[in-house]
Amino acid sequence: MRFSLKKSPSRFSILPEIIAILLAFFIGALILLFSGYSPLVAFSALFRGAFGSRNAWGQTLTQATPILFTALAFLLTFRAGIFNIGVEGQFLMGAMASALAGAYFSGLPAPLHITLSLLLGGAMGALWGLIPALLKVYLGAHEVITTMMMSYIASYLTSYLVNYPFKAPGWVAQTEPVAKTALLPKILPPTQLSLSFIISLFLALLVSFFLFHTYLGFQIRAVGLNPEVAENRGIAIKNRQILAFLLSGLIAGIGGGGEILGVHGRFVDGFSPGYGWDGIAVSLVGKLHPGGCVLASILFGMLRAGGMTMTRVTKVPLDLSLIIQALVIILVSAPYFIRAVILRRRDF
Amino acid sequence: MPEILQTIGLTKSFPGVLANDHIDLEIREGEIHGLLGENGAGKSVLMSTIYGLYRPDEGKILIRGKEVVIDSPHTAIRYGIGMVHQNLTLVPSFRVWENIVLGKEIKKTLSLDEKETLRKLEELLTVANLEIDLRAKTGELSLGSQQRIEILKILYRGAEILIFDEPTTILTPQEVDQLINTFRSLKKEGKTIIFISHKLKEIFAVCDRVTVLRKGRKVGTLPIEEATPEDLAEMMVGRKVLFSFPRGRKPGEEIILKLENIATSGEKRKIALQDLNFALHTGEILGIAGVEGNGQKELAELMVGLIKPRKGRIFFRGEDITFLSPKERIKRGIAHIPEDRLRRGVIGDFTVWENLIIGFEDQPPFVKGRFTFNHSFLKQFSSQKIKEFEIDAPGEDTLVKNLSGGNQQKVVLARELSGNVVLLVASQPTRGLDIAATEYLRNKLLEIKNQGKGVILISADLDEIRSLSDRVLVLYEGRIMGELSPESDEYQFGLLMGGKSIDEVLT
Repeated sequence: MRFSLKKSPSRFSILPEIIAILLAFFIGALILLFSGYSPLVAFSALFRGAFGSRNAWGQTLTQATPILFTALAFLLTFRAGIFNIGVEGQFLMGAMASALAGAYFSGLPAPLHITLSLLLGGAMGALWGLIPALLKVYLGAHEVITTMMMSYIASYLTSYLVNYPFKAPGWVAQTEPVAKTALLPKILPPTQLSLSFIISLFLALLVSFFLFHTYLGFQIRAVGLNPEVAENRGIAIKNRQILAFLLSGLIAGIGGGGEILGVHGRFVDGFSPGYGWDGIAVSLVGKLHPGGCVLASILFGMLRAGGMTMTRVTKVPLDLSLIIQALVIILVSAPYFIRAVILRRRDF
Repeated sequence: MPEILQTIGLTKSFPGVLANDHIDLEIREGEIHGLLGENGAGKSVLMSTIYGLYRPDEGKILIRGKEVVIDSPHTAIRYGIGMVHQNLTLVPSFRVWENIVLGKEIKKTLSLDEKETLRKLEELLTVANLEIDLRAKTGELSLGSQQRIEILKILYRGAEILIFDEPTTILTPQEVDQLINTFRSLKKEGKTIIFISHKLKEIFAVCDRVTVLRKGRKVGTLPIEEATPEDLAEMMVGRKVLFSFPRGRKPGEEIILKLENIATSGEKRKIALQDLNFALHTGEILGIAGVEGNGQKELAELMVGLIKPRKGRIFFRGEDITFLSPKERIKRGIAHIPEDRLRRGVIGDFTVWENLIIGFEDQPPFVKGRFTFNHSFLKQFSSQKIKEFEIDAPGEDTLVKNLSGGNQQKVVLARELSGNVVLLVASQPTRGLDIAATEYLRNKLLEIKNQGKGVILISADLDEIRSLSDRVLVLYEGRIMGELSPESDEYQFGLLMGGKSIDEVLT
């Protein structure tokens, strides 16, 4: 028998998830049918738009990238027993820091400029994670409240910055474009898919390695599963919770930076449709495992990218794609239902 | 006496397990029948089958000589069979009487007829010789009282055969005595009782006859007069079991642990410890006796560094460790078996190997380089521990929550004894364990002592304390009432445990 670490904390079976996804599409089809559309036509457009061509793949993965970052960020804190719903704020602050670093530093060679901008984004995100961490650990403030408030602050603060101090001339609320040396290379032209995607995959691997093959990750998981046992065995609970928050902010911040340097080229007000919030769902659908997050983010990316094609071709509103996304979330979070009713298994 | 309940060749299997293998059980009317067996012997499955929770694969159930088919608890109640489960099934926010009649209410047109219900229940209380405030709120009562509600529930539904599935595991010693008295009153009323337990003392206290199961098979049934604890234990375990332990060598002179004038604050629902002064020597087991909830948990947590004293000093081999963290104490060789395994001891969702290394995970040779696990060493380490401590697990990747209580405790023990242990603080180390696991653990404690190390044994089981300790301290409301030798009279222990001072007791 191989000495496998990945099996912790649960046997990694994705059959219930696959059934949940199929069921979500089935219900989606019924809704289409009742609204007078042909599910067959709509879904084939959706799949073509998501996977039908090189460009379609590029679109799907572009959409998947930011939510993979935010999913990993949420996952790290969740594994430490912290329900960090402030990933959106960390993401936005990181995006702003990277946008400014990209626009206002000059004369640097590209690799250095990119690295510096991304790292500044990550540092800003980490700072945004550190504040609720300290509030929780030293003052006992509950993270659900503080991280949500930090998210609002980030959202309005970045909006203020892009509307006033750093607004580029013109009608649109956006910062100055970042220098050419700060732009992430596109890896599948003409699509928007950039190096940011590769970075997100690399981070997924790194997070997996960190959680299951290093002692710090082990301690974070122990604190998350049972802080009293961790305390009894001498693990510094507070330090590990702070570390989880810092890493979460770092990853979300880099994700925000990657989105700016890879796709938009500048901070545009309202560019994030809620990537931080989607990340929470992706993380849960991905069973709180980095590998699961990769798959789940591609699923969500497919629904977004394919949904747009579906709307263009069949006039089915994009909302339906979002309804399917919501159904997936609901059904995947009801594993007992799937296991007991559909798989008729009671031995869980 | 004729048989009121009989099973013939009753067989029940689950995927991979033959839980009951052709069991012939005979229960006579009006007797208290003990059902003994280790964890996993098939006691609960047998009773659940009789109670209609499982359908048997083979075999018959006879009530008063007539074959019956019991397909649900509902049917069981119709045949006069009631069951009190290990886990209570009450609505905490309901009043006592509401819980009793739930599902079989006495109704007026739209509401419940409280007056009539209470009158009927009062009658039932007198008959069963039970005391309980019917108007009290259920959730505010002790577990013992709540269990009485369960008994009343099945009596109210007209049960003649009462099955108790390990009822004493959730009770304090005083409540156990009360339950045993209740058994006697019920017997006087002509009820038949089946009492599942793995505690021999309780079986001998009250049963008329006893049936022993082992690994799904019936080993035998015998009248209690013809049984000895040694025989029954051997029937349960399948080999001879140690009851008295050779106490081993005399403690040394050198002091391992010393507490001076320790006091703690009693905040957050903790018991405040006061005026604690004692020392533990090399090669000594120091027993801490007392009724539970008198500061035992706090004392253990104080010694391992989870709570800090308000006053006083703790010395470990001469070094002042009063304000050292748990981590520093672990490094110095202080090990801890916590009283609540699943809350403080093991992480259920971690695998066996993960649990075995908590607390060592950041040290070489568990890590190589600075951060990364050394998997080949981890594998070798955990499979060796599994062998050494006889942990019955399919492999080191098994989740600990899927192990039995005894094996979970062995995981704790294996981990705690992995470091260079000098002092072991063992809180309720055998609670909830079956006979074989209990014997294993007690032997380990003696082994540690005989290696010249020190053990603080905190236990609610006075017999355990007396059979293992070299000296015994009695704890009452956070104070030490006095020191007794383990050979002292049980009565003297009782007085100290009830708060009498040592001077009163010895004169």
